[in-house]
Amino acid sequence: MRLIKVIGGLVAVVLVAAVGFLVFAHRSEIAAADPPASFDRELVARGARLAAIGNCRSCHTVAGGLAYAGGVPIPTAFGTIHGTNITPDRDTGIGAWSQEAFVRSMREGVDRAGNHLYPAFPYDHFTKLEDGDLAALYAYLMTRPAVRATAPTNDLAFPAGFRPLLAGWKLLFFQPGRFEDDPRSSPELNRGAYLADALAHCGACHTPRNGLGAQQGRHEFAGGVSASWAAPAIDESNPAPVPWTSESLHAYLRHGRAEHHGVAAGPMQDVTRNLAEAEDDDVRVLAAYVATRMGAPSQEREERAKGLIATAAERLPFNVPVPETMGAAAARLPAGAALYAGACAVCHDAGRTGGMDGIDLALATGVQLASARNFLNVVLDGIHSPRHPSAVLMPGFAGALTDEQIVELAAYVRATYSNQPPWPDIAATLRDIRLNRIAANAEARP
Amino acid sequence: MTATSTFLSRRTVIAGTGALVVGFSVARRAFAQQEPQNVGEEPRRPVALPGSLKDAPLIDSWIRIEATGAITVMTGKAELGQGIKTALIQIAAEQLDVAPHAITLVTADTASTPNEGYTAGSHSMQDSGTAILNAAAQARAILVNAAAARFALAAGELKTGDGKVAAPDGRAIGYGELVSTELLHVEATPASPLKDTSRRLVMGRSIERVDIPVKVTGGAAYVHDLRLPDMVHGRVVRPPSPGARLKAIDEARVRRLPGVLAVVRNGSFLAVVAAREYQCVQAMRLLAATATWDGHSDLPESGKLYETLLALPSRDNDILHRSVALPPGGRTLEATYHRPYQMHGSIGPSCAVALREADALTVWTHSQGVYPLRGALSELTGLGAEQIRCIHMEGSGCYGHNGADDVAADAVLLAIALPGRPVRVQWMREDEHRFEPYGPAMIARLGAALQDGRIADWHHDVWSNTHSTRPGKAGDLLSALYLQAPFPPSPPRPLPQPDGGGDRNAIPLYVLPSVRVTNRFIPQMPLRVSALRGLGAYMNVFAIESFMDELAAAAGADPVAFRLAHLEDARGRDVVTEAARRFGWQATHAQRRPGFGHGFGFARYKNLGAYAAIAVEAEVARESGRVRIVRAVAAVDSGEAVNPDGIRNQIEGGMLQSASWTLFEEVRFDRTHVTSASWASYPILRFSDLPERIEVHVIDRPGEPFLGTGEAAQGPMAAAIANAVADASGVRIRDLPLHKERVKAAIGV
Amino acid sequence: MITLTVNGNDHTVDVDPATPLLYVLREDLALHGAKFGCGLGQCGSCTVMVDGRAVFSCLLPAAAAAGRQVKTVEGLGTIDEPGPMQQAFMAEQAAQCGYCIPGMMMRAQALLEAKPAATEADIRAALEPHLCRCGTQARIVRAVMRAAQAMRLVDAVGRRAEASP
Ligand code: FES
Ligand code: FES
Repeated sequence: MRLIKVIGGLVAVVLVAAVGFLVFAHRSEIAAADPPASFDRELVARGARLAAIGNCRSCHTVAGGLAYAGGVPIPTAFGTIHGTNITPDRDTGIGAWSQEAFVRSMREGVDRAGNHLYPAFPYDHFTKLEDGDLAALYAYLMTRPAVRATAPTNDLAFPAGFRPLLAGWKLLFFQPGRFEDDPRSSPELNRGAYLADALAHCGACHTPRNGLGAQQGRHEFAGGVSASWAAPAIDESNPAPVPWTSESLHAYLRHGRAEHHGVAAGPMQDVTRNLAEAEDDDVRVLAAYVATRMGAPSQEREERAKGLIATAAERLPFNVPVPETMGAAAARLPAGAALYAGACAVCHDAGRTGGMDGIDLALATGVQLASARNFLNVVLDGIHSPRHPSAVLMPGFAGALTDEQIVELAAYVRATYSNQPPWPDIAATLRDIRLNRIAANAEARP
Repeated sequence: MTATSTFLSRRTVIAGTGALVVGFSVARRAFAQQEPQNVGEEPRRPVALPGSLKDAPLIDSWIRIEATGAITVMTGKAELGQGIKTALIQIAAEQLDVAPHAITLVTADTASTPNEGYTAGSHSMQDSGTAILNAAAQARAILVNAAAARFALAAGELKTGDGKVAAPDGRAIGYGELVSTELLHVEATPASPLKDTSRRLVMGRSIERVDIPVKVTGGAAYVHDLRLPDMVHGRVVRPPSPGARLKAIDEARVRRLPGVLAVVRNGSFLAVVAAREYQCVQAMRLLAATATWDGHSDLPESGKLYETLLALPSRDNDILHRSVALPPGGRTLEATYHRPYQMHGSIGPSCAVALREADALTVWTHSQGVYPLRGALSELTGLGAEQIRCIHMEGSGCYGHNGADDVAADAVLLAIALPGRPVRVQWMREDEHRFEPYGPAMIARLGAALQDGRIADWHHDVWSNTHSTRPGKAGDLLSALYLQAPFPPSPPRPLPQPDGGGDRNAIPLYVLPSVRVTNRFIPQMPLRVSALRGLGAYMNVFAIESFMDELAAAAGADPVAFRLAHLEDARGRDVVTEAARRFGWQATHAQRRPGFGHGFGFARYKNLGAYAAIAVEAEVARESGRVRIVRAVAAVDSGEAVNPDGIRNQIEGGMLQSASWTLFEEVRFDRTHVTSASWASYPILRFSDLPERIEVHVIDRPGEPFLGTGEAAQGPMAAAIANAVADASGVRIRDLPLHKERVKAAIGV
Repeated sequence: MITLTVNGNDHTVDVDPATPLLYVLREDLALHGAKFGCGLGQCGSCTVMVDGRAVFSCLLPAAAAAGRQVKTVEGLGTIDEPGPMQQAFMAEQAAQCGYCIPGMMMRAQALLEAKPAATEADIRAALEPHLCRCGTQARIVRAVMRAAQAMRLVDAVGRRAEASP
């Protein structure tokens, strides 16, 4: 009997706690409303430029699909979440959302109906947005063509699918509140910091996350992941062989490519494609801010970079069989060297009269990173032109080279073009990427 | 298996490429003719005989029949993928009353075919088709007369078929038995006993093209595939900027590479020859990496291209001026249109093989004009024209004057350095992109006065560089400009009306009471340019037909109705009406979906060639500015349609290529060089840009003269797209290309 | 020495292992189907099949093709006995200059072997890496659709033949 009582008591406690939690977790619905019939044109235009910085399209527009109609699968550690339709369609989009409902979603991560939203939607950043910017974003979204489209249901591991739990996650990790200027910093850098943090949400990818998927504030910008890509550190530990400057960052963010750094690839290419549509001054302060976060490079790093640039300029075409063109690793890793010579050197080495686009790999950040992920992703998929998404800058080698060959190539490139230790178990990284792709492909199929 | 076992012997190769003309009488007048020196798109010719018979009036310049009955038809035109071979065979077969496969066609070869100048300007059917049509008909009549004499019957009683002349009594005699050396060695007469159009069996039918089977089965179909015994490979190192001069090279280092046979340097012309192709590419790379250059070209600031061009001196010429006093009132409109440099961008980079032997030079080339090329090579090498033989072999589609002639010169320069060995040169992709002669940038300013909904006055000013720097002279060949003793480039020249160059199609076909059209020819060329499919017609039709829509809008009229109201040419009206009907203009135009637009474009190519009207439905994505062509419907009248599917294929291709130019293409450059060095920096249309539907309706006109088709779609398609974009977005864009950044900037958020 | 298996035949060639397969096919094996278009993986005219997948032969070192099954357009049939893909391109007259076509055919063949029921949308998407400057795309799509149908038919007949004793 006692046992029953104890159990009963426990059940009651749990129930009360659960009810209490649900009460705590509960958010009320905001009544459906018709958005204003028209908006100030200038406000809409401002919203467009801000949305470009916020990179909204990347998660809310499938490749080749209708703008903001949602459906983009976003892989997370807990399963796949889908970007929702944020066009002003009444039934499937946000057409019935008042500005209040929109602002609440951005600042608190709660939809109009009162459901908690997954932090894949970066409200931990958007909460810091200013009222005026939110109004502009609202005006912009509400003037997009309405599209009737419902995103596929999320596919999350138990218990992540139970939304009220998110209230607990928020309690632990989410700090609502506006952005605050750093009084010691200049207005430009403060603006840059605001854009980087509140809107561009750089940290969402470039800051490491903890086991529950929250960004580790103490390690802001120390490097994270995005889909199957590594997002390199953008603080003092940035691994770029040639240190970034505010100018080179501006070029990169704005045009998707920078001298001595190459072309943006993977998810970052989307970011740069969007930033091409932002206000140039905004991109400039964003770049300036990130540059200060990276800090001034050491003398030694500067020297090394100069050396690399000089070597790159003089490097002879590797695929020409004269000894002086070959690196030391060629003898040790002949298979990888032959692959490089036949498949890569044509674009990546000097000797082309046409000013081909391939970067000297000694300057490529992806070759320097601790993991081979980014390098492998680029080899598998290639790179599209940042300006013309359908034009191929570099072809993918996914079908052309076998996994074994890709591993040989990676080992050779790492040995020749970085001063880092060999990548550990490239084959395993490659397998992992492939498995994720198979899953993602299965997901993409209806 | 050994590599050499698969080499074709030189003899077979030559036979297969058009040299098999032995034992025929030499049609002297055709060969002795000098290539025209001041050629535009086609040689000038006196009047009288039809088509190219004017220049080569002997029937056996065109048709030869051997004692075995084998029939060889010769044309000075070249197959460029336009299907000309098939159409010419059809014409000859029809008029000779034989099956198409009984005919062997020999295309442009300075040793065996008439000189028909260039295969350009959509002239092949008009020139060569007409010549062969008449020559074949006359040859048949000659054969029938010869048979009549043998049978002692009246010619009218005899019938032809299957390569024989048959008498009503059952006697029959093969053509081969009838011919003698002199029989067909006679001048053609102006009138020909053409077969009645109702009795035609081969013409007017879509027979399959004769060149396709070998192309889809991996046969040696192109000059690129030519393999001669002992053939070696050459590659040219191009300068970093067109104006740069070679300072120094590390020749010894390159010579040490495996397979290298020669490093050829003459002034700033730098090249390498190696035994194997990839060895040659490697050597070229090392040579390029170690070469140093001086100086550079001063190119215009790319953002100020049009201002720069307008500031250059121009030679102005009213090509049409008719003014009548206008009644007062009405409305005037003005608009200026721009077109950037655009490239031919052949998928296969230009290629040629040359062989210097004893006192002969043989060149296998995909040049559009073997005779003019021969003239230029003669000047370049100092060899007499009779020592040089240029044989046309197919190349990758060229669409005008691309690198074909230039690479032939490259091959010749290297062949002279290595006598006795055939030298094959193929350009690298970046060479083709950076050094081909582009289609010129152009400006067109149009103005009109509207009165009572009709055009009362019209003026059109067009600024352009030349549209032909085709050879004829050595200085028209790229590498000749870099030699130690360089050849001067030919002085740029405008091409005269009625064909025109920059002013091609600048005169609208519409009824205009008062009109002035002025060609403003700019001699000075910031970038090297030449003929690109359609020449000025692409731009002028784009401008005229865009402006017609602007005027229609101002007049509150439907674009198609507005055109018809100003069009009296009956065949022009027919294609406009047919395209509109097939598109469903009337029915669907009123109910366009939001974001979708309809556009129309019409022109008669050069006002002399084929008529084409095109209607397009396009969608403009407001967010990205991307234009998507949903469907395109064309109606075309090319005169008598010899091969309707061939016409459809040409028009479809023209429409898609024009769509590519119109939506995407612009040669980019900085102050010293062209930066569009590959497909990544010069994007073109891809499968994802392919319309859902594309239709071409051919209006056949049996018995009417052939009208050139190949370039007819370029202008109308561009205008139809621009008009559809304006219709969909409400914003008129007058600058090409209509790429998404431009469209997006124009339509705003 | 590298041994390549092309269209089912073994060939031993003596080339630098880095030599792109394209040059070996054209120069050493006299197989002209694959064409040089860009050498940069941007146009598709050099496409061949390697182990059933469409690959740009201009960027595949010969050494990387060793021990794998290479198929070129010559392996799809001959001029006297064209295979279904070639027949379809002839029937649709899907060529102008034709330079891009063999590469297109090999990509299409790889697609149809992997996915016999490919739809028009699949075909358009698969051919995206290929450029055609003549504007033959509409016909190319039609030709591949026709080839798909023919290949399915051949398959069905083959199966029926196997099923009957
Ligand atoms: S030649 Fe290989 S992709 Fe262009
Ligand atoms: S048919 Fe000429 S490039 Fe495609």
